[in-house]
Amino acid sequence: MITIGNLFSRSDYVLAGPMLVLAAFAIAILIVDLFLPKAMKRWNAVLALAGLVAAGFALAKVWATVHYIETPGSKKFSGFLGSLAMDRFAIYFSLLFLVGAAVAILMSVRYMEIENEEHGEYYALILFAVIGMICMAAGFDLILLFVGLELMALSTYVLVGFLRRDRRSNEAALKYLLLGAFSSGIFAYGLSLFYGLTGSTNLAEIADKLAQRMADNPRYPIALMALITTATGLLFKIAAVPFHQWAPDAYEGAPTAVTGFMSVAVKAAGWAMLLRIFLFMLWPMRAQYTPMLIFVAVATMIGGNFAALTQTNVKRLLAYSSIAHVGYMLLGLVASDGKNNSTGIKGILVYLLVYTFMNLGAFAVITSLRRRDIIGDELDDLGGLFYKAPSEAILLLIFLLSLAGIPPLAGFWGKYYIFLSLMETGHYALAVTAVAFSVLGLYYYLRIANAAFMRESVDAEPVKIAPSLAAALWVSAAATVGIGMFPEVFLRMVNWSLALTGDAKIIGLLR
Amino acid sequence: MLRAHILSIVLFTPLVGAFLLLLVPKENKNAIRWLANIFALAGFLVSLPLVPWFWAVKNEATPYFKFAEGSANNWIPSIGAGYQLGIDGISFLLIMLTTLLGAISILSSWTAIENRVKEYYAWFLVLQTGMLGVFMANDFFLFFVFWEAMLVPMYLLIGIWGGPRKLYAAIKFFLYTLAGSVLMLLGILFLYFHHHTLTGVYTFSLEALYATAPLITGKAAILLFFAFFIGFAIKVPMFPFHTWLPDAHVEAPTAGSVILAGVLLKMGTYGLLRFSLPFFPAVANIHWVQLLIITLSLIGILYGALVSLVQKDMKKLVAYSSVSHLGFCTLGIFVYSSMGIAGSVIQQINHGISTGALFLIVGILYERRHTRDISEYGGISTVMPVYATITLIMFMSSMGLPLLNGFVGEMPIMMATFMVNKAWAIWAVPGVVLAAAYLLWLYQRVFFGNVTNPKNEKLLDLNARELATFVPLLVLALVIGVYPQPLFKILDQPVNHLAGIVEQHRPGYVAPVVNAQETEPAKEAVPEVKAPEVKPTEKPVEKKAVEPVKTAGQTPAFHTSAHKS
Repeated sequence: MITIGNLFSRSDYVLAGPMLVLAAFAIAILIVDLFLPKAMKRWNAVLALAGLVAAGFALAKVWATVHYIETPGSKKFSGFLGSLAMDRFAIYFSLLFLVGAAVAILMSVRYMEIENEEHGEYYALILFAVIGMICMAAGFDLILLFVGLELMALSTYVLVGFLRRDRRSNEAALKYLLLGAFSSGIFAYGLSLFYGLTGSTNLAEIADKLAQRMADNPRYPIALMALITTATGLLFKIAAVPFHQWAPDAYEGAPTAVTGFMSVAVKAAGWAMLLRIFLFMLWPMRAQYTPMLIFVAVATMIGGNFAALTQTNVKRLLAYSSIAHVGYMLLGLVASDGKNNSTGIKGILVYLLVYTFMNLGAFAVITSLRRRDIIGDELDDLGGLFYKAPSEAILLLIFLLSLAGIPPLAGFWGKYYIFLSLMETGHYALAVTAVAFSVLGLYYYLRIANAAFMRESVDAEPVKIAPSLAAALWVSAAATVGIGMFPEVFLRMVNWSLALTGDAKIIGLLR
Repeated sequence: MLRAHILSIVLFTPLVGAFLLLLVPKENKNAIRWLANIFALAGFLVSLPLVPWFWAVKNEATPYFKFAEGSANNWIPSIGAGYQLGIDGISFLLIMLTTLLGAISILSSWTAIENRVKEYYAWFLVLQTGMLGVFMANDFFLFFVFWEAMLVPMYLLIGIWGGPRKLYAAIKFFLYTLAGSVLMLLGILFLYFHHHTLTGVYTFSLEALYATAPLITGKAAILLFFAFFIGFAIKVPMFPFHTWLPDAHVEAPTAGSVILAGVLLKMGTYGLLRFSLPFFPAVANIHWVQLLIITLSLIGILYGALVSLVQKDMKKLVAYSSVSHLGFCTLGIFVYSSMGIAGSVIQQINHGISTGALFLIVGILYERRHTRDISEYGGISTVMPVYATITLIMFMSSMGLPLLNGFVGEMPIMMATFMVNKAWAIWAVPGVVLAAAYLLWLYQRVFFGNVTNPKNEKLLDLNARELATFVPLLVLALVIGVYPQPLFKILDQPVNHLAGIVEQHRPGYVAPVVNAQETEPAKEAVPEVKAPEVKPTEKPVEKKAVEPVKTAGQTPAFHTSAHKS
């Protein structure tokens, strides 16, 4: 019985707290921006950061609430009639989005000034995108998931094209918008098929109905079609081959700070939604989707790694490398194919965590090279960085080696867990393939390092690093090294977010 | 206190130095050099107390790993990785070699490195810690971390301070070794899960894995053996995987070459001894496996020597001679007798001493003339007599002349090989002859005759600092050559232990019986060497039947639970 009372219960608003806070700050930025003189535009960024911090506190409140009411079998951490599930999984991802957005904002301040585009909308859009992301991670209802996806996607389209005087930026935004809209359409089509099949938009109810359908006929054609169209939309968002073409163009054209934001937070949101849908809704169809995922994962590793080998633009190279990383992460999902194994999912969460820091760090270094006349994203622009700015070059090296998965840096742990899960579930061939590609991956990361360390510099102009950017760099570096050396606490965090204790089964995550 | 943590102290002294170096302003090059040298020397000095201490405990049966530190699972309990250190005779010798060569090579870079001095020394010290960690780690995970992490400083040393083709050489070095080690990582993970299946415990502790790894049988064991073997063979480098070595050596700065040849290559042979043999003794005993590896070693010996013979570049000559010398090391390991393994380890130490010295020798000339072409030189002995004498001694040591150290290593290897298979030994002999040929020919071309090239007329002889880099190596070469007994004593326990493990898994092996009258092997049959982590099996056939639970009970202390979640 739906009454006004349970439509507007207080706990709903506690659960939605982070999003409400972010929305308030985003709107505040839009208003305050009108009155800020040009010299004081930095306050927009400060306000946005404050918004993220406030959202963090709201998240802590959710955390405390969830902790309080969470009992086995309890569904009370879901609000709004079961459509918003602020469970541990969602809290973990929300935290990731907040951190990613904060670092991206730190990177942006000076960059947008150089670009002469320091508008308040920029920061407001980032906050709106984060709201969308939280919806994607916490959505337990197809409608909310889709709304979150679109909110994030629309904000990102604008962010990509934010440099309106730059042709590359415009082109990237248009491509991204067209392909994104197309994929959203396919995705929505898939969701509507699932609704038609099951008569519900709630993930858990769909899963129940699907389980019956699958028991009757494991090759039920409409379900398969729905699966394929839904998966297409999801794989597009995380830029898996063969739906990756938008990524290099969008990454290259977008302002570098936005590229960093897209490659970590937007991607993590895509992953959050993908995991939500695959694990909570499509779990009964895992026998059907696993072969497909294996194909996509291998294709993604091949496509991403080989395409990255020959790139000369660092942003483009990192775009392809991030495609390759998606390939490894997909293997984690493959390895959780119902043998009561959660290591793969854990691997994905660890991977996304470490990826956030190391990739943002790498983009922060690229951002610092932006000067009035040089975009700083060509491999040659990095030449002799070690001689001009040694500490920055060392940080770049740390991020690159971490991306390549060299221990004891954070990136190793992502790869480690993926390999671990593959070995554990007996996917030896896939494991060998994955490690072979990770060696290949080292080659193109070393190309960047070679340019920075072993080539002569093109000019003697010293690299100036704004304080906010330096903060972004050092935060990322500290996290990359810290997680790498002492991963225990972070691994526990991931365990916590999956509600795993001991050898808990993935099924436990479902209900 | 000091004694309990001696390994950690030795391990981290260089790293502390590297961090302190970062605080020195980079313009102050001499301060940087002094600080780096002080820390490199300190690294050697703190390792010295190990000598008497280790000597005192070298034959104690338990614990097998001396000076153990840390415990299983104390680093990352979630996955069962621990900060666990410990050494046996083999690692002890390699650690001493590492600290000594580290100090020498840092001293040798005083004038050779002029730009980016601070970063150079900092990376060098980091490298030092990485290498020491590899030899000390008693946890497979820790080992892997050091093994991989140490690639980074070496990559940079080659890539930044290297020769003209440094980019190519640096990337090739990094990719080659990484390719080997990722396969090894998968192998490690397999052992990890295998251990869990048998005992229900997730751990990377070596002692625990020693108990369960040999129980893997069949195809899986062979595949695993090769997953590890390829990783180590690339590092050694054995014949088909050696191509990174000449490039890396030629392009690396002198000190980098010294460390590369002296220590890094030993990590491969160390891995074979520490992991391949005790983990997969049954696979090692398979005839075709042994034959394959011996064949590769012999090819390496001959091929390396022949290629050395035709080199025009002195450094490349020395680099290829390493391939040949390391062939002897692997040959010694894979004949599986105590004598062969002992000879192999001593050969590794000797190779570190003499080839390290050879690279220093080449570096001295290069620093003065900036060329390594043999044809540029001639008659150097008249200009640089002290240098020429030292060179002659080190050449003699490298070619294995009696009374110098090289002989002490090569001889047991040849003897052991001869006892196992005469044909193998005969194939290895030309390697020794060719070594004499390429070294003496090199000596003749560079040092004898008249000074033909006017540029060589004014070359200065060694100064005090350069002399100081050679003296310890010379002394060691002589001492080991004249009185090698202590080395054999130190190696006694580990090599018998290793040979014993392999012996036990030989098809048709019957454990020595206590009562010879009985027809059946006695139940209490004890193998010759008391190996703490190997369950005394009566027949190799029975090892399959060993109850997993039983094995778990056999190795009590190490299985402190690691809860993977």
